[in-house]
Amino acid sequence: MGIWNEKYECLSRDEMQQVQLERLQATVNRAYENVAFYKRLFDQMGIAPEEIRSLDDLSRFPFTTREDLRDGYPYDMFAVSLRDVVRIHSSSGMKYAPTVCGYTKKDLVNWMELAARTLSAVGIDKDDVVQVYFGHGLFAEGFGFQHGAESIGASVIPVSEDGPERQVAVMRDYKISALVGTPTYALSIAEQMEETKVDPHSLSLRVGVFGGAPWSEAVRAEIEKRLKITATDYYSLSELGGPISAECENKCGLHVFEDHFLAEIVDPKTGKLLEPGSVGELVLTTLTREALPLIRYRTRNLTSIDYTRCSCGRTLARMSRVCGRTDDMIVVQGVSFYPSQIEAILAEMECAELYYRLIIDREGSEDILEIEVAVSGEVLGDTVGAIERLEGRICTQVRAELGISPLVRLAELRTLKSATGGSKGIVVDKRT
Amino acid sequence: MLRVRSLVTHYGGIQALKGVSFHVSPGEIVALVGANGAGKTTILSTLCGIVPASSGEVVFDGKPILNMSPDKLVRRGLSQVPEGRQVFAPMTVSDNLILGAYHRRRTASREEIKADFDSVCQIFPRLFERLKQRAGTLSGGEQQMLAIGRALMSKPKMLLLDEPSVGLAPLVAKEIFEVIKRFREMGTTVLLVEQNARASLGIADRGYVLETGRITLEDNAAELLNDKEVQRAYLGKGYRHVWD
Repeated sequence: MGIWNEKYECLSRDEMQQVQLERLQATVNRAYENVAFYKRLFDQMGIAPEEIRSLDDLSRFPFTTREDLRDGYPYDMFAVSLRDVVRIHSSSGMKYAPTVCGYTKKDLVNWMELAARTLSAVGIDKDDVVQVYFGHGLFAEGFGFQHGAESIGASVIPVSEDGPERQVAVMRDYKISALVGTPTYALSIAEQMEETKVDPHSLSLRVGVFGGAPWSEAVRAEIEKRLKITATDYYSLSELGGPISAECENKCGLHVFEDHFLAEIVDPKTGKLLEPGSVGELVLTTLTREALPLIRYRTRNLTSIDYTRCSCGRTLARMSRVCGRTDDMIVVQGVSFYPSQIEAILAEMECAELYYRLIIDREGSEDILEIEVAVSGEVLGDTVGAIERLEGRICTQVRAELGISPLVRLAELRTLKSATGGSKGIVVDKRT
Repeated sequence: MLRVRSLVTHYGGIQALKGVSFHVSPGEIVALVGANGAGKTTILSTLCGIVPASSGEVVFDGKPILNMSPDKLVRRGLSQVPEGRQVFAPMTVSDNLILGAYHRRRTASREEIKADFDSVCQIFPRLFERLKQRAGTLSGGEQQMLAIGRALMSKPKMLLLDEPSVGLAPLVAKEIFEVIKRFREMGTTVLLVEQNARASLGIADRGYVLETGRITLEDNAAELLNDKEVQRAYLGKGYRHVWD
């Protein structure tokens, strides 16, 4: 299966570390010279850029956070003058204010390269017809994959965020073989197909690359089953734009594009570097970005890194699929956990649809966790005994996993879907 | 072939190299570009053992060579063509060339050295025409060719070229660069240090940009050629039209 860039995707660990050290030093030198924020930060801590003598020295440097990017809105974090910035994208900024990312010509070339690597990894080549349904607007992803697919030589249709009927019509009429977009919208497209009785076997669809937000194995299985494709994951940050890591055909972790990004895993509470294999917060340092270099950027995504070789031939380290966000952490009865842990338990319960609500409340001095999970109509219509057994199983599993006993309530799919506003799972914390 | 990590060199109290890292893979031509005083010659002098390094790591052909003496390095296959040619002026072209193979006098046969001599003459026909001439009477371009030819006679695995085009007329410099380009075909690895960024990036595979003792950019040569930062570092703002 296509390794787009054999030279850099198959370097020995030694060679890769040399490339990373060179690019890290160059990046830190440029950032110190050109970005007031970094000059201030380093001067304050009494660190000079030349103190990075090895990759290990990076852990002595301070972190950069999303707040720093937000405070620099719009252009303060740029390392080049605006006249060299040829593209500007912004993140959506719902919970937070938006962050702005600029790209020089070379940044765009690199972005295209990484998109090409991501698509090639799942076997997309010049004979494919690719439908990109990421938005092509202020938010980045659509453009990168369009240009990446074009550089591979594939035929690209940028359908962007058009409605499901259009998406299905294009898939059918244009003989689309590959989809690129968000996983949740893929399910909407699947629903549209099912409602209009379009048989996936009648289409030319073969593969799909999905990302833009964390999505579970259960969702992958659903996409693969309903659209009859191989679905792979890639990881990106809205603050940076473009793939940072992507799955190969083995689907056993996402290969980090280590020649462009240096990845560290730290303990989200203490900031200490963790051993490979431990789950922690992903901290990224850009190695080739010109317009917006970021040093030790806290992504707030939880993952772990594996440096052992993958059978696909790439030597790039693999990160696990993102298993949560640091700011999603909930504390109930003194136990801290992530909604993704509960989601994983619910995914195992075959009668439960993956829509849920976690409602946390306090009665007197006690925290109460209530899990509302959607089930199909048949299950709700089942005997009371059967319903109670399912609720009981969920409760037992959660207690085993987290040590807390939740209240479990099954709910009708459509009601819960409207209660969650369409997202798979939401958390309602009623404690003030 | 050559791997350098965080090289630091001082001239007395002045830190000329502040942690420079780069590598050259076998068969590559890598260009190191930077303005006057950036530290390019210091890098070469440190690599060749002429100036001591304060810290860092240099691995050549798999072996650490930091602060090894110059003669040992030549024997290991690292040859430098120094800045300003520095041919042995009172000696003939022929003798200059043969001296380049001096350290091979016991390890190589006469036939081998003669064969190398002949191939250098093929690469530089002008030298062949002037074998009996004293090196000091050659033109600048011819002296540069002689200096390179002499280095080639040492049968190097890697050639370090320090500002080969400096002081030469543009057409002559172009000829020199054409010759260097052919080294790739001969399997010789080249590290090329140049102020003339455009010409050196034009023949190199990859390049590094050096500014006051620090590397600030690394990329494929073609990309660097088009990079605004590089253009600005050499010519300053407002001189972009001169570049073209």
